[in-house]
Amino acid sequence: MNLDDMLPTLGEWLRGTGPDSDAVVSTRIRLARNLADFPFTTRASAAQKSEVEARAREAIAKADVTPKLDYISVNGMAPLDRLFLVERQLISRELANALDGPRGVAFDSRESVSVMVNEEDHLRIQVMQSGLALDTAWERIDAVDDALETRLRYAFHDRFGYLTACPTNVGTGMRASVLLHLPALGITKQIEKVFKALQKINLAVRGLYGEGSRASGDLYQISNQVTLGKSEPRLLAEIGEVIGMILTYERQARQVLMKERRQAEHDRVARAIGTLGSATMINTDETMELLSAVRLGIHLHLLDDLDLTTVNQLFIHSQSAHLQKLAGHALDGEARNAARAKYLRSRLRDLGTR
Amino acid sequence: MKPVCQFCGQPATVHLTDIVQKVKKESHLCEACAREKQLMPDPAGGQLNLQALVALVLGPPPANEPTALICPSCGLQYTEFRKHGRLGCPADYAAFRPALEPLLDKIHRATTHAGKAPRSAGGASPERSELADLREQLRSAVAAERYEEAAVLRDTIRQKEGADEPR
Repeated sequence: MNLDDMLPTLGEWLRGTGPDSDAVVSTRIRLARNLADFPFTTRASAAQKSEVEARAREAIAKADVTPKLDYISVNGMAPLDRLFLVERQLISRELANALDGPRGVAFDSRESVSVMVNEEDHLRIQVMQSGLALDTAWERIDAVDDALETRLRYAFHDRFGYLTACPTNVGTGMRASVLLHLPALGITKQIEKVFKALQKINLAVRGLYGEGSRASGDLYQISNQVTLGKSEPRLLAEIGEVIGMILTYERQARQVLMKERRQAEHDRVARAIGTLGSATMINTDETMELLSAVRLGIHLHLLDDLDLTTVNQLFIHSQSAHLQKLAGHALDGEARNAARAKYLRSRLRDLGTR
Repeated sequence: MKPVCQFCGQPATVHLTDIVQKVKKESHLCEACAREKQLMPDPAGGQLNLQALVALVLGPPPANEPTALICPSCGLQYTEFRKHGRLGCPADYAAFRPALEPLLDKIHRATTHAGKAPRSAGGASPERSELADLREQLRSAVAAERYEEAAVLRDTIRQKEGADEPR
């Protein structure tokens, strides 16, 4: 598999369609699974990790998994390629850099299903759906899990459920995350209130790139904390209910913006496009912020010559590894900011939006 | 007979009497040993060391104290797990169970899986999840101090447990 071939395409999570895509970027569910007869990854020897990897690869290749998944090894992969996969949400930062020894990931050409091998748990199965699609994502991941289980003996306990390296994942092993774009709640300064309420009901809020990453570009990942004591459909229903409420607040805030300060909002969006199309140096954070304004502008119909797919492409291509792959060589901080600005300028010129 | 110090055999001048769970326990020490065990306030006007007093009365922690647990399968000690937060192998859940259950309860406010199960483990049978549901109801009834309801639930659970998993 040549990773560079993926460069022009958008993964499932950036398709920009799906239910509630005015404020929901994507839905992701992951299941943590371990093989019964091995120590967890952090206590496994290199030989044991190899054995786990071999069994996982065989199961992935031979089990009846739809869609077809291709496996690539991550140890031995160039750092730029690892970061590229992190940016596309196919692997975690931990699998890319923190862990060692035999490990890898299998995924399909649409990038909707991925299975990390020898992450903190032996298997981390993940399904992505564009928009808000908790039920669809669950049906799909449930099927992938069933298929793999016909060829692997999972560590399972009658009382505690699926056993995981960290007790925060035990039971269902399921973490469902919904990636939300909430600019209007940010502008109207209600976002903190929403998050405080979420913490009280045991839902976690994170930035785009997982644990510890800070929110940029008004993108927030909301996920369940509890994995034990409730069935998967019940956990998903609880998250879905809360997401529905947040969406109502965000849409209300957008309406207020349009009613009370349409002109100012239009100005902000136009300036964002202006900066993106004319800057000669720009870092990731500023790019994320400006693209957030553009994204909101599209949803509020303040812009009509730009679509969401294009914004998503600008978004992923502005990420550091993508940018360096587009340039064809490694770029350090300053050069990267210049290359990012050059890329954005040329793309926006092509689109004739200036 | 005059009591002697239980540590060195000198005449005891410090006498402690503690009643723990209706059992009376007496300790006799000479002044030197009492000072060494930090049971006497320092002559310089220090405070009485309560912790040392409690340790003497209760004795060393029993061997089955959760912190002393060790997994026979992977050799991980419970204390190591607490330090790093990661378990060593699937068998740890059984080996550390007495210590893990309270921890799981703190993290998840539950200790029993109620979701999907591998087909090899019998899948998620309706009785299983019914039991899990009942246990959850019992927990919340107890938490809310609805004891009559809790008693009924407890009896139902026992009946059902007796039916499918004899202990």
